[in-house]
Amino acid sequence: MSCCCENKSDLTLLADVLNEYKSVKGSLITILQHAQEIYGYLPEDVLRHIAEQTDIPVAKVLGVATFYTQFRFKPVGKYLIMLCQGTACHVNGSERIAAAIKEELGIEDGQTTDDGLFSIKHVACLGCCSLSPVMMINGDTYGNLTPDKAKQILRELKNEE
Amino acid sequence: MVKYMKIAVGQGSCGIAAGAGKVYKALSEQGLGSVLAKTGCIGMCFLEPIVDIYGDDGQLKRLVKVSEADAEKIARFVKEGDEEAIRSLEISCEDSEFLTKQTRIALRNCGIIDPENIDEYVARGGYSAIEKALDMTPEQVIETIKVSGLAGRGGAGFPTWFKWNAARQSVSDTKYIICNADEGDPGAFMDRAVIESDPHNLIEGMLIGAYAIGAKEAVVYVRAEYPLAIERLTKAIAQAKEKGYLGQNILGKGFSCEMRIKAGAGAFVCGEETALIESLEGQRGMPRLKPPFPAQSGYWNEPSNINNVETFANVAWIITNGGEAFAEMGTENGKGTKVFALTGKVKRGGLVEIPMGKTLRDVIFDIGGGMRSDKAFKAVQLGGPSGGCIPAALIDTVIDYKSLSATGAIMGSGGMVVMDESTCMVGMARFFLDFTTKESCGKCVHCRIGTKRMMEILDRICKGEGKQGDIELLEELCVSIKDGALCGLGQTAPNPVLTTIKYFRNEYEAHIEERKCPAGECVELISYSIDPEKCRGCSLCAKKCPVSAIDGVIKQPHKIDTEKCIKCGNCKAVCKFSAVVCE
Ligand SMILES: Cc1cc2nc3c(=O)[nH]c(=O)nc-3n(C[C@H](O)[C@H](O)[C@H](O)COP(=O)(O)O)c2cc1C
Ligand code: SF4
Ligand code: SF4
Ligand code: SF4
Ligand code: FES
Ligand code: FES
Repeated sequence: MSCCCENKSDLTLLADVLNEYKSVKGSLITILQHAQEIYGYLPEDVLRHIAEQTDIPVAKVLGVATFYTQFRFKPVGKYLIMLCQGTACHVNGSERIAAAIKEELGIEDGQTTDDGLFSIKHVACLGCCSLSPVMMINGDTYGNLTPDKAKQILRELKNEE
Repeated sequence: MVKYMKIAVGQGSCGIAAGAGKVYKALSEQGLGSVLAKTGCIGMCFLEPIVDIYGDDGQLKRLVKVSEADAEKIARFVKEGDEEAIRSLEISCEDSEFLTKQTRIALRNCGIIDPENIDEYVARGGYSAIEKALDMTPEQVIETIKVSGLAGRGGAGFPTWFKWNAARQSVSDTKYIICNADEGDPGAFMDRAVIESDPHNLIEGMLIGAYAIGAKEAVVYVRAEYPLAIERLTKAIAQAKEKGYLGQNILGKGFSCEMRIKAGAGAFVCGEETALIESLEGQRGMPRLKPPFPAQSGYWNEPSNINNVETFANVAWIITNGGEAFAEMGTENGKGTKVFALTGKVKRGGLVEIPMGKTLRDVIFDIGGGMRSDKAFKAVQLGGPSGGCIPAALIDTVIDYKSLSATGAIMGSGGMVVMDESTCMVGMARFFLDFTTKESCGKCVHCRIGTKRMMEILDRICKGEGKQGDIELLEELCVSIKDGALCGLGQTAPNPVLTTIKYFRNEYEAHIEERKCPAGECVELISYSIDPEKCRGCSLCAKKCPVSAIDGVIKQPHKIDTEKCIKCGNCKAVCKFSAVVCE
């Protein structure tokens, strides 16, 4: 294992984004969003690099990044399961889906499987309430879930690997 | 023979989730590509995927719950006129009432036009309102909005003309018009549907607002969770610019306005307008103290006006049809229409736009078709975490700002979650408080700590560890949080608790005194068993039990080992003979 303060992310990947936004005021969140898209999460060295390049104190960059739930500080699995815990999904049994996912993969909110394949994150309303309970995996939405159906979907993804 | 000009597949997020993308693909594989079109969302979520077939005789055939396998039948109908092929897919008269009983203004183009094609918006009168507005003075535009009685649809219901006028009066070279598309209520999707299905309507409404207040820059703050909305709005902005409806010297009338999108990053409090401004400036989304109001000092400390998506979605219609036409709909305490996202235990869920003055019954039973199961209607939650629930006894409450507030709930932004007997109201209050506790920005002690204390109390009540006096303690905390909170999040966080106590006090008491959950939802307070009289011994439940807690010989009554049972409810869900009891 390398030490966390060692520079290991390829910072050149961020050059275009920084060139475009670093002097546009109020762009910190936009830069962080692009960075997360590039690296899959926000590694510490990337956050430091952003702070340096934008002349914003590191503490503030971290302060902003940690305020918003969209930002992650650890790598996520290949498949990111966003399980809706909005009102409609709650009323229609999203907790049972969470339990089924836990049975199938052994992970709960915020965790990643050991093989690095799946991560799960609870989110509030994906905007498809009429299909509740709903989950989104890498941008694809699955609705009208039952515990069995959720397990089936995960198994199919596993089998594709 | 009738010629079929257009086959439109509804492609909103939820249509796509239901499989609309696959249906579209299957139809193009049937060689229907030349007439195939995409459209946004008609709002009949319960029937998705939906395929609309337009004939040259003006007839529309609406097919519902279409699957890939149906593509071949649809092709047969379109190519050979074989009506029989699609008969079973056609929408029923009953289901069509979901739409025919609505009055659509904000949603007028949703599900009808292709949101990615500006020409279709223009063909339906789009961008004629901005042209008309630019021939009026800004004051006349504001006057028209005043006459219409349009009030903010984002929750607070503040008169739109008043905000516009305040921003107009503020003197500055730089002003901003901002659209709040953060749609934070976790159970609402009206704004998403408008942006995904009719983005130009939002753009046009914002442009008219910009002209009225004198802004040259418009920003749309969209929730990060709405990627499709962002994609379609980005396309729409580019098309509008290309056609000269947006940008410099719009329609050659000397008015200029640029528009951009800013994606949110996931924080409910950023829906509050001053927090939204902080977030736009790249900061943590912490609310600011008001005054000054955004109309005086907002984004980059310049005069700014913030409106909700649905508010803007009404503006072009009002300019075109006049303020009076809008004001004709509704009641003394609410003009025009309101869009609701009807969900939960209701039979027909989706987007409902009705004139104010209708009742909750009209929406839930007439349009929504009542409950999905045979269980009785219990309550409806309006306004999400800031709102409250209204019990079955008040089903005839009129929908306008004042009547809804009188119940203790609020109009809110339009989330309408229907609950039946199987929903525990204490659990519901706990659910919302859990949400607000997590979303509190932490600036004020009352909101930060107070909601945590309330959460602990609700937690113990749901676990059957509630104490005498807990209800009173909750009520006390509610009052002090309301008084001590800086922003709307904290000020309204107690509402779900207060309304559930007000209308379902007996349910709280049952949890505390009898250690029972009458709705059978609080896991710690229920147990599952099998009624030997009813059990036929089919063994299905045993197969579905995740922890093998059910034992029994085929054709003989089965039994649940309560030690092993994790109360997942699978057995009750699968038993065809209602033999599993939960109490
Ligand atoms: C915690 C909180 C969350 C809010 N979320 C939203 C939201 O998601 N969308 C919205 O339009 N308004 C939201 N509002 C209301 C806004 O502060 C503001 O009143 C509204 O955007 C003004 O637009 P309108 O006058 O057109 O309604 C929220 C308010 C609070 C206090
Ligand atoms: S009331 Fe709550 S959310 Fe609002 S500013 Fe105070 S702590 Fe933040
Ligand atoms: S599913 Fe119902 S009928 Fe069948 S064994 Fe279980 S309890 Fe008995
Ligand atoms: S509730 Fe779930 S765990 Fe308990 S017996 Fe039924 S299926 Fe098994
Ligand atoms: S509550 Fe789950 S999609 Fe809206
Ligand atoms: S089908 Fe579009 S919102 Fe549900």
